[in-house]
Amino acid sequence: MSSMDNKINAPLDEKTTENLKSGDYVYITGTIYTARDAAHKRMQEALEKGEELPFDIKNNVIYYLGPSPAREGRPIGSAGPTTASRMDKYTPQLLDLGLKGMIGKGKRSAEVKKSIIKNKAVYFAAVGGAGAILSKCIKSSEVIAYEDLGTEAIRKLYVEDLPVIVIIDKEGNDLYETAVLKYKKD
Amino acid sequence: MTNGQANKPKAAYMREIDVSTITENIRDMCIEAVHYLSDDMKQALYDGEKNERSPLGKQILCQLEENLDIAGKDMIPICQDTGMAVIFMDIGQDVHFTGGILEDAVNEGVRSGYVEGFLRKSVVSDPIIRKNTNDNTPAVIHYNMIPGDRVKITVAPKGFGSENMSRIFMLKPADGIDGVKKAILSAVSDAGPNACPPMVIGVGIGGTFEKCALLAKKALTRPIDKRSDVGYIADLEEEMLKKINDLGIGPGGLGGTVTAFAVNIETYATHIAGLPVAVNICCHVNRHSSREI
Repeated sequence: MSSMDNKINAPLDEKTTENLKSGDYVYITGTIYTARDAAHKRMQEALEKGEELPFDIKNNVIYYLGPSPAREGRPIGSAGPTTASRMDKYTPQLLDLGLKGMIGKGKRSAEVKKSIIKNKAVYFAAVGGAGAILSKCIKSSEVIAYEDLGTEAIRKLYVEDLPVIVIIDKEGNDLYETAVLKYKKD
Repeated sequence: MTNGQANKPKAAYMREIDVSTITENIRDMCIEAVHYLSDDMKQALYDGEKNERSPLGKQILCQLEENLDIAGKDMIPICQDTGMAVIFMDIGQDVHFTGGILEDAVNEGVRSGYVEGFLRKSVVSDPIIRKNTNDNTPAVIHYNMIPGDRVKITVAPKGFGSENMSRIFMLKPADGIDGVKKAILSAVSDAGPNACPPMVIGVGIGGTFEKCALLAKKALTRPIDKRSDVGYIADLEEEMLKKINDLGIGPGGLGGTVTAFAVNIETYATHIAGLPVAVNICCHVNRHSSREI
């Protein structure tokens, strides 16, 4: 892990992803989008039909999140990451279209890693099961597509200092593989 | 028989419980379970933070303690995946439910808990068609008959990050205890960061295909600071916890020495030809709320 805590902005630019290294602890501020299983399926179907995606994906970050409902006076309910591997099937295509970052938890497939390297993208993890504290970083939330999917709808979020860790960087280094070795006993 | 009294049926004693009582309790328990953890889980988080050797792992455990604090204070669910409601009902055989159908009353409790409590609706009515039921019903209900006139209810909302990493192994008797150890370790190792470690591992050994799965699920509801009453199983629980923590997975799967808080194992009789083992993995948000009515 880098000793320096970094603040970065979303959408991402290539200069930012160039400098991110597996193990960096960074804080994201800016606009990001939520999408999980059902929204990814819909996006793929839209692309198959030659339709536009519901938001311009270029340089953007997708947060794999299905929040709990907001109580009165709050923008969102509990809002932690879901398991990213369920989106692996859809991810390389989105990265080829310009998606720059993903926030989730858990391992990614070899195909996704290859696509991250090819597209100079980045995969971040937020701490799974920390949805209450992470929700405090979300300042606004608006459903922009697939409202009928409920928690799985696509939301546009404005986040301030959302804490995430770089898992897979643009060179394909994977923190889940490297960090475990340090503490593994045979 | 000379005494005619002996043949006369004894008036059957039945305690009547209106099912609306069940609905109200289940509603409250759903809300309670996703905002507060039991004391044993809180203690495990605290001890884990003290014992974790990885600085990043320590930082994550700190974040999880703070998260738990915020959840209770601001009524924001600990985790956005407020689960599918798994409900254990131990029903005394002297109980007679009145005022409606028990199963409907249970589901009504889940519906009102999830809707009124601002909990996430994560249930789809059909596994292939996948349309959200919008109220988190139906629940998965396990009924069990017990002696007496009380009803014990446990509500355990189960998140699927960890549920998806759970496994069943139909081992052979010749695989023995070493086979069981290998099965548990392989399930936990494969789960890795996906299951939101530190995990709690529920294991069922014996019974049939479905019985061992149910034992594993039930094992997760036992306090994690209580070891099995069976001597060699208690030893196995300790040994497996150490082996799991030696895997190096750590908090969040980012490396460390606290990969699991506990391994809870339940056993049952089984067939001469079999050795079923189920490993039900739970994340650090091991939720369950129990009441006796």
